[in-house]
Amino acid sequence: MLELAFKGGKKYWGLIIGLLVLMGIAFGFWLWQLSFGLGITGMSRDVSWGFYIAQFTFLVGVAAGGVMVVLPYYLHDYKAFGRITILGEFLAIAAVIMCLMFIIADLGQPMRAINVIFYPTPGSILFWDMIVLNGYLLLNIIVGWNVLEAERNNIKYPGWVKALAIFSIVWAPLIHTVTAYLYCGLPGRGFWLTAILAPRFLASAFAAGPALLILLSLIIRRVTKFDPGREQIQSLAKIVTYAIIINVFFFLCEVFVVFYSRIPSHMDHIKYLFVGLHGHSALVPWMWTSILFMVTSIILLVIPATRKNEAVLAFACVILFIGTWIDKGMGMISGGFVPNPLHHVVEYVPTIPELIITLGIWATGFFILTILFKIAVTVKEEVSGV
Amino acid sequence: MENSRRSFLKLAGISAIGLGTKPVLDAFASSEAHGEKHGPEIFPNQEALTAKRWAMVIDTRKFESEADLDPIIEACNKIHNVPKFKEKRHEIDWIWVDEFKHVFTDLEHEFVDDRLKHLPFLVLCNHCENPACVRACPTKATFQREDGIVLMDFHRCIGCRFCMAACPYGSRSFNFRDPRPFIKEENKAFPTRMKGVVEKCNFCAERLAVGKMPACVEASNGAIVVGDLHDPDSEVRELLKNNYTIRRKTHLGAGPAIYYIV
Ligand code: SF4
Ligand code: SF4
Repeated sequence: MLELAFKGGKKYWGLIIGLLVLMGIAFGFWLWQLSFGLGITGMSRDVSWGFYIAQFTFLVGVAAGGVMVVLPYYLHDYKAFGRITILGEFLAIAAVIMCLMFIIADLGQPMRAINVIFYPTPGSILFWDMIVLNGYLLLNIIVGWNVLEAERNNIKYPGWVKALAIFSIVWAPLIHTVTAYLYCGLPGRGFWLTAILAPRFLASAFAAGPALLILLSLIIRRVTKFDPGREQIQSLAKIVTYAIIINVFFFLCEVFVVFYSRIPSHMDHIKYLFVGLHGHSALVPWMWTSILFMVTSIILLVIPATRKNEAVLAFACVILFIGTWIDKGMGMISGGFVPNPLHHVVEYVPTIPELIITLGIWATGFFILTILFKIAVTVKEEVSGV
Repeated sequence: MENSRRSFLKLAGISAIGLGTKPVLDAFASSEAHGEKHGPEIFPNQEALTAKRWAMVIDTRKFESEADLDPIIEACNKIHNVPKFKEKRHEIDWIWVDEFKHVFTDLEHEFVDDRLKHLPFLVLCNHCENPACVRACPTKATFQREDGIVLMDFHRCIGCRFCMAACPYGSRSFNFRDPRPFIKEENKAFPTRMKGVVEKCNFCAERLAVGKMPACVEASNGAIVVGDLHDPDSEVRELLKNNYTIRRKTHLGAGPAIYYIV
């Protein structure tokens, strides 16, 4: 099926080349980072994880969120989603690959990454994260590819593929749970040290992932002859609505516990993010934007009239995606490091090379996504004979 | 890479002299005596300082100002090839100073007495009993010895910095760039590090192995003492018995092995 990726119009090739250029530039900066070290980023011994790990965290969510189209189809026999499960699976593939790239970009000695396998350490959550992420990637490649191949040949996919699909549904929440466990089991980092972290991660994942799928579906309808379907988009929108409400609710639970108990080591991080601490407030406008975007999207999604209007729905999904991205991709990681264990406020701001490398990895993800979606959509167009 | 390999070999060579020579002879001697053949055996250096559980007591009453602490920090930095960067972001610290309110975040209060308020405190890795850094490390590059010392294998570390997020004391540093050009005077007997790996205080394990006290202890004029926590007659136990001591963030249960007399 891969040959389908090589037949496309001008716009398709324009996009592909544009993404390749971005990837090339970022690759150059990554080579620089390799030779100089991570010192070209804004990280320090106080904020020792930055933008890369934050993007990784957010994208694990997007990957897990893809399951929200797969689950209703396989477990609840919700036929309508049969048309678009492949989009969820392919989105998951692209997202997990981005996650792995962000991890590699963040390693000080990427050539030694394989040490995680040479010296397996089951006590380390990172070891398990490696297993669940690679496992999820493999599952989605196998299931996605076989289902699409079967569709192309006009046959039903074999039973073992369905078994694997169900397995991948169970696996999806695991990837984000384990990713949350990276953070929430660490003593002395009050911001992360909360049992709500994994549920919160999942809720925001099941909002952001499907929201992106809605947007992608709308784009596909516009630029190809394949229509993912109005009903499908509306069903996804309802999933997004519940998930984003639960996400905000979980956040408020955390805020209550932290501010009613008034334990400083837990309070100070949230204070830093939302009102600033000891005169440092780089993230304050961002965090409030995030809240504003999430709340606005809830309003637009809850009201049936606005949700059913696809233009408004698209707008709601865009701000929801940005809102959850700021929350996780900016606040969640540096927020945990500021103030530091000795209670100094050392702020973190990503540097230009760091941002370019980040952008390059996103571009790689979208490159993979474009190719996979192109293949999927072409197959869909073929079988429906348009 | 080249460089670090060489320094590592150098260190290995030195430890071989320290640890090896005599035991090898012993091994020969014993095999001759018993008239049976057996493979090479490794004996610890007889001079090595050992303990069941190492601990450190810092008598802060013997310090007045940073000037008293600078030589101690300098001694450590020099012996361990700790680089000095201009850029704050790239900073590497093994042992450094901070104020009471930052070192003892949970003991600090508004009316803490004047002496403590202005006294600089030494901070370093606590060689925790339950080290979160060891738990987090995905490659065992950070590990705990039986005697409690928490060490790093610079050659195995992948630079994921999970250990830095895990350490509740901010004891770890990362080589954000090649440190070698920033080492004032290289000590050939200790390896320099390469970019992309984590490092921290090693309790002078390399000195204990050849019968020397840690560098900070030597430079402290008796204000810092290390010894065996499990030996009731050790000097640290003596100090702990007769003085009120505090440790950092004990509520976390990490079990820090650095005690402060205040
Ligand atoms: S102080 Fe930090 S680095 Fe040292 S042993 Fe404890 S957790 Fe590990
Ligand atoms: S940075 Fe090195 S020592 Fe620290 S957790 Fe990663 S591999 Fe282990």
